[in-house]
Amino acid sequence: MYRIRLTLAIALFFASNATLNAQDLSAEVADLRQMLVEMKNDYENRIEELESRLDRAERSVVTASRDADDAVEIAEQAATDATAGASAPNIYNPAIGVVLVGRYANVDPGWEAVPGFIPGGELGPGSSGFSLGESELNMNANIDTHFFGNLTLALEDEAGETEVAAEEAWIQTTGLPNGLSLLAGRYFSGAGYLNKFHRHADDFGDRPLPYQAFFGGQYIPDGLQLRWIAPTPLFLEFGAEQNWGNSFPSTGRSRTSPDARTFFAKAGGDAGVSHSWQLGLSYVSADVVDRGGVDIGGPPAEVFTGDSDLVGLDFVWKWAPGGNSTVQNFKLQGEYFNRTEDGIFAGLPYGGDQNGWYLQGIWQFRQGWRTGFRHDEVDADNGSLFTDTILEDPGRSSERNSLMIEWSLSEYSLLRAQYIDDRVLDASDNQFLLQYIMSLGAHGVHEF
Amino acid sequence: MASTNSRAAKMNRLIALLLLLMAPLNSGALEVFVCEPEWASLVKELAGENANITVATTALQDPHRLQARPSLIAATRRADLLICTGANLEIGWLPLLLRRAGNPTIQPGRSGHFMAANYVRKLEIPASVDRSQGDVHPQGNPHIHLNPNNIARIAKKLAQRLSQLDSVNQNNYSDRLQSFQSRWETATMSWEQRGEILNGLRLVSHHRAFSYLADWLDLDIVATLERKPGIPPSASHLVSLIELLSPNPPAAVVRAPYANEKPSLWLTERLDIRLLRLPYTVNETDGPVDLFELFDMTLAALEEANDERR
Repeated sequence: MYRIRLTLAIALFFASNATLNAQDLSAEVADLRQMLVEMKNDYENRIEELESRLDRAERSVVTASRDADDAVEIAEQAATDATAGASAPNIYNPAIGVVLVGRYANVDPGWEAVPGFIPGGELGPGSSGFSLGESELNMNANIDTHFFGNLTLALEDEAGETEVAAEEAWIQTTGLPNGLSLLAGRYFSGAGYLNKFHRHADDFGDRPLPYQAFFGGQYIPDGLQLRWIAPTPLFLEFGAEQNWGNSFPSTGRSRTSPDARTFFAKAGGDAGVSHSWQLGLSYVSADVVDRGGVDIGGPPAEVFTGDSDLVGLDFVWKWAPGGNSTVQNFKLQGEYFNRTEDGIFAGLPYGGDQNGWYLQGIWQFRQGWRTGFRHDEVDADNGSLFTDTILEDPGRSSERNSLMIEWSLSEYSLLRAQYIDDRVLDASDNQFLLQYIMSLGAHGVHEF
Repeated sequence: MASTNSRAAKMNRLIALLLLLMAPLNSGALEVFVCEPEWASLVKELAGENANITVATTALQDPHRLQARPSLIAATRRADLLICTGANLEIGWLPLLLRRAGNPTIQPGRSGHFMAANYVRKLEIPASVDRSQGDVHPQGNPHIHLNPNNIARIAKKLAQRLSQLDSVNQNNYSDRLQSFQSRWETATMSWEQRGEILNGLRLVSHHRAFSYLADWLDLDIVATLERKPGIPPSASHLVSLIELLSPNPPAAVVRAPYANEKPSLWLTERLDIRLLRLPYTVNETDGPVDLFELFDMTLAALEEANDERR
């Protein structure tokens, strides 16, 4: 078309040439120039468009071949993954983890009961020398789309013999909606803050005194636990437990308490990017039957039967610069417990009022290195009836100060040294503790 | 009798209140829980206003080492979709979050559970898994996002997932995907052009966090400061690196913002080479605001190091 227009224009130019004067001629030339420029632009645009089309086509070829390459590679990888799984079917289902703990202690003379408290569970600094700590075997996995299961076996040395105990054995729902979950079996109660942790995850080699005195180290009931998390940006959790109450502190023997219940509420969140916190309130009630680890022979035995109500308040605050805990971080944690008891002890009417608390700060000052200080104490007010029994009022609080330093090369290994200024008994005791805690197998989880 | 009735009424009111609290607070937008900032940026591209995003980590936090803190449990409980890297990167905290959340929609195998690493080819898959090799990930290196081709692939899969979960806004997701894809493709081409001169650039990295970047741009990572993955650099290893590297020093030591600076500083001072703090991921307060800037800034830093190449 342009060609026709051009010929026409040239023809017209020549045809009219004769009759036009010089002025007209220059106008025509300008017109023609204009026309030529337009045509040139038009062609250039078309060429550009074609080029970009070609470019797009080339690109899509490149992408297509890339996609094809990727598809092949991913398929190959899937095949590799599948064979890897086939040769080691057990790697991750269930996740199996072993924790090995050993300790060397220097204790003189130590103690086996906190004055004013009925002993039970695991108590005291243990004996001097080298001993295996609690070694654990843990297995857990999703059972199906709705359940998760967890088993922890603990190997303990008792009087020269190694005992295997089911420390935890529980199932939990993962399929319930609306923030609900139900747990059944033997589990670490949701009361308090520290209670939910395995002991190998503690910051010190022993549990704080209130945990030893009130729970025998850890409250591990058999029962049911229901938890609900509120749909709020602030973490709000409520929990209730109905427990069988067949262990300390509900009972000291193979008796079953008719009723042991726990209620707890937790709130938590972040304050900026560097701080996070959690507050908790808990209530543990038990109808206690025959709690008492020590039977002094003749009747009436030193056992307690009655009501026990324990209220606990806990908090933890963690700091890491910019939220990056790799190099430095700090944790401040404290708990307070009050227990009132009402019933019969050793044939006598007993109403006890007992308190305990601890406060600890742990500071990671460089990568792999942490140090910490803890003060813990308990205090019993059991009335004046129980002279010469385990509930005899010591008239002072039992307390300790502990200092620890630990080094971990990786997340899986830890070496710890701890010094304890122990004033649980009248005489003070300087205790030293060296500990190793090593995990192998499945990667553990980082609880808050 | 009257008191029992009023108690029953109170109880009913309490139950009603509880039920009200339990009803999901539905504002129409998808609640998305994201483990790392790079995926948050991608969701923003693909979902725009249709997603309320909570990110678990910042660019300054090591995604290996997080704790399942209360705010994260609260966020997973409300999430409709959970997007993480996978390949065991979040093994220390994600399983606990999932278990604590009381939220079936984001559990593994459900459509609300999206693991980005499932859709790309992984590098450095160990032949055997033994922790004497460090904190090795059986599925391969999980730091997959520093190759833009991986981002493109994951974007496609993620847009599909968003459409599946929120079919009402399907058109929005496919439009946004198309827009993102065309911009990303153009950008990738220009990055690849810029990257040609970086071919063979010799670097030392703190952790194996840049393997995919190196694979994409043909960089040569000659050593890592961590003798084994996840094991902090030891003095003896650093000394041996000096011996190894001083005859032919690399252009720079690269580290992610969350990695400890000291070992990198020590080595760069002794070898008299550059220390590059690559952005590693999106960081809206102090770094690349989106994935495009992430690669722009990463390339710019590498180009600078390349100028001093020996």
